[in-house]
Amino acid sequence: MRGSGGSTPAARALPGVHAVLTAADVPYQRPLGVGKDQLPLKGDKVRSLRDEIAAVAADTEEIAEAALKLIEVDYEDLPPLTDPADALKPGAPVIHGEKLPAPAPHDALKPGEPGDAEAHRHNVAMTFDYAQGDVAVGEAESDVVVDDWFRLHYVTHCCMGVSGVIAEFDRSGNLTLHSNTQVPFLHKREFAEILGMDPGRIRIIQPPIGGGFGSKLDIYPFEPICVFLAKATGRPVKLVFSREEEFIASPTRQPVLLRLRSGAKKDGTLTFRVCETLHDNGAYTSWGATTPFVMMQTISSLYRVPHCKYHTTAVYTNNPYAGSFRGYGNLQATFAVEQQIDELAEKLGIDPLEMRLKNAQDPGEVTPQGMHFKTCGLKECLTTAAEVSQFREKHRAALDARRVPSRYKRGVGMASMLHVGGGAKIYPSDGCGTILKIDDFAHVTLMTGASEIGQGSETVLAQLVCEELGIPMDAVTVVNNDTDITPWDVGVHASRTTFIGGNSAIGAARKAKAKILAAAAKATGVPDAELELRSGHIVRTANGEALTSLAKLLRSLHFSDKAELVMTTHYYEPPSKHQDKSFKGDVSAAYAWATQVVEVEVDTETGVVRLVKVTGAHDVGRVLNRLGIEGQIEGGIVMGQGYAITEDLIVENGVVRNPGFRDYKLVTAPEIPEMDVRFIETMDGEGPQGAKGVGEAPAICIAAATANAICNATGVRIRELPFTPEKVYRALHRAGAAASAAGD
Amino acid sequence: MSLKREIGFLLNGVETRATVPVDMSALAMLRDVLGLTGTKYACGEGECGACTVLVDGVSVCSCLQFAVDCEGRTVSTIEGVSREPLGAKLEQAFVDCGAVQCGFCTPGMVMQAKHFLEAHPHPTRDEIKRGIEGNLCRCTGYVKIVDAIEAASRGDR
Ligand code: FES
Ligand code: FES
Repeated sequence: MRGSGGSTPAARALPGVHAVLTAADVPYQRPLGVGKDQLPLKGDKVRSLRDEIAAVAADTEEIAEAALKLIEVDYEDLPPLTDPADALKPGAPVIHGEKLPAPAPHDALKPGEPGDAEAHRHNVAMTFDYAQGDVAVGEAESDVVVDDWFRLHYVTHCCMGVSGVIAEFDRSGNLTLHSNTQVPFLHKREFAEILGMDPGRIRIIQPPIGGGFGSKLDIYPFEPICVFLAKATGRPVKLVFSREEEFIASPTRQPVLLRLRSGAKKDGTLTFRVCETLHDNGAYTSWGATTPFVMMQTISSLYRVPHCKYHTTAVYTNNPYAGSFRGYGNLQATFAVEQQIDELAEKLGIDPLEMRLKNAQDPGEVTPQGMHFKTCGLKECLTTAAEVSQFREKHRAALDARRVPSRYKRGVGMASMLHVGGGAKIYPSDGCGTILKIDDFAHVTLMTGASEIGQGSETVLAQLVCEELGIPMDAVTVVNNDTDITPWDVGVHASRTTFIGGNSAIGAARKAKAKILAAAAKATGVPDAELELRSGHIVRTANGEALTSLAKLLRSLHFSDKAELVMTTHYYEPPSKHQDKSFKGDVSAAYAWATQVVEVEVDTETGVVRLVKVTGAHDVGRVLNRLGIEGQIEGGIVMGQGYAITEDLIVENGVVRNPGFRDYKLVTAPEIPEMDVRFIETMDGEGPQGAKGVGEAPAICIAAATANAICNATGVRIRELPFTPEKVYRALHRAGAAASAAGD
Repeated sequence: MSLKREIGFLLNGVETRATVPVDMSALAMLRDVLGLTGTKYACGEGECGACTVLVDGVSVCSCLQFAVDCEGRTVSTIEGVSREPLGAKLEQAFVDCGAVQCGFCTPGMVMQAKHFLEAHPHPTRDEIKRGIEGNLCRCTGYVKIVDAIEAASRGDR
């Protein structure tokens, strides 16, 4: 829509209203996001229904809502561009045809003058190209080739805690933001850019938050808008979304149209993959637009593929904009790759498990994309998941049962996944800092850059420190929520926190331990190599004799002539590398693997698909905290189940049609499958005590494995999500009609 | 501005008075008027159970009940749950079983579980799942929550 923004005098005059802002009132605002393609407050052109055009700060929500109604807006409707394919057509209206102010330089203290940022001449937001080998050679070597389109839908995070922020300036102009971010340090920098402020004057405090799942990787317009309001009013400003607003104005998973062509030799050896995708970026570019990085890893390296070619186009439309979401493109890529593995296997008459084992990598391999699998439990994941779930028997039984007419059909399907498990070096640094201090009573305060968003990092980090220092869990306090106190970290993403934050915490604890043991050696006359820390004491390793309590030793250090405290710092940077310009490089310090087997029951009369059982085998390096890791995996499986079967954000003509839990169906307790999760411990050399990241892994395979299971049960392959009763019913009946027509 | 009324009720065992707009929800009263933020908002339309409290012993979505309808009733929230043996047992079981991730659904889950176990002291796992059907959790996949409620029903730790 194009128009003149909002007119606000009546709203401003309402008693209890402290500020009413439109774009015209904040000429200093700068673009935000990865593409720097939107201003927090939009002016004469709005590009999607969720766009912000006016903001009110008032004493109460009721007054603010009344004021909103008094704002007059005058926009002329333009035809919406909501199909990504249309957006690419020649002559399509250009969604970002205007210039935006240039991003502010980092050190700007005062609002700068609007500069010129380049305008687009087309609707392409980003493209990605990757190639390894020569796909023509691969295709020539192939005995079978499959070529399909896959369509992946909109889903959204549905964090139980809705989005919100509190912004407040102090009298010296320092800004404090209480924000439910998952990347506080990157946001500190980006807020400075958007606001034209000195980053040193921005403090971000992250209170406990109701889930993240990737949604809080981006700054959203409402956050800087609250800062503008705080500035305009000189008072703290709080904004909290309603659930409806959360559905409308928070990001989605990337909807993708994907074409995959792949081939194999008679013996099952994979020969090549060619993948082309069209991503609906929505109206703006968020971090989610970089999901093709992750997708191409799966296309190039989930199983051994000598030749590969990958291309993504992400286009602007007038739809809601997609963000990053647990798995980051990998659910979409795995959905296609793992279905085609089954298709190739079927064509070749090879068992799906054999087909995968034939192409699975071994530890030590370096893929053509440059990923070095120092540990790799893929084969063990495959065999374990297959054995525990009785995959072969059930798969064969389902094939036999296809001939027998019956309403309910059972089937099994498997899918594996590859994901980064040791951070991901996509920023200049992928590190995490720790400050550790031990007080006179042997109580540790662990100040870590790692954020807690519900994934359990607080527990695991405290646990790692306790194990190093031989102290109980209640002797550790974790401080992890304040950019003025905690050292830098790149944030919660890429399943990296346990790996990177854990190594950083261990590093700080080891330095403290060395210092303590050196002092203990001096005090006791026993060489430090013969001492250790156990149960709050300095203990002689040989016979377990407690020589002195840790607290006592610390006090004697403190209250001595030399007056020393035990305080250490550590910064851990993983030994991974940036990808080069052609996207090659060992981007993670470790890689995580998993195989999941899904057993379904399909009601052929209604199209209802029930997940009966999920068996997972996960290469997690090592289990650090069993309850925590089981919980992550169970939660991920159910999130994957929602993606596969129940969740569907319906976007029609740019409008979200089901912005509530009544019509957007999350999985509830009675619907969860039986779960059997096994851990493959490959003891990664670089991981903290051998562990690798696991946060995203469990959600990745479910949709792909479910597709394979439905096909095993019914003989019908569905390449479009979600598997709603209607879609499954129609697919079964189309197939039935085709079969009987062929039979006639 | 909207009409206000003063009401009195028993909140977690304490006689409580509050002056509230007649169109205010019990959830908003608990959080914004009385400062008891343990009860959560996640949808405001009775679809998620995050706001579950017990009114006269029965679980209700506090987002759907008017604050003024608390007049003369007994209201229990997560803040007071450990005052009673079953509530304390449930809280401990949630901790022991790893049933909490982000924790946002937890207060509602615990209150719902308390109501459910009072009516069904020896449930099967399937009955427990049905008992918390109206409570959404985005983090845990429900398994550990069912474990916790089962453990509390058995009285083990
Ligand atoms: S907030 Fe009351 S049911 Fe969701
Ligand atoms: S623990 Fe996060 S919603 Fe349940």
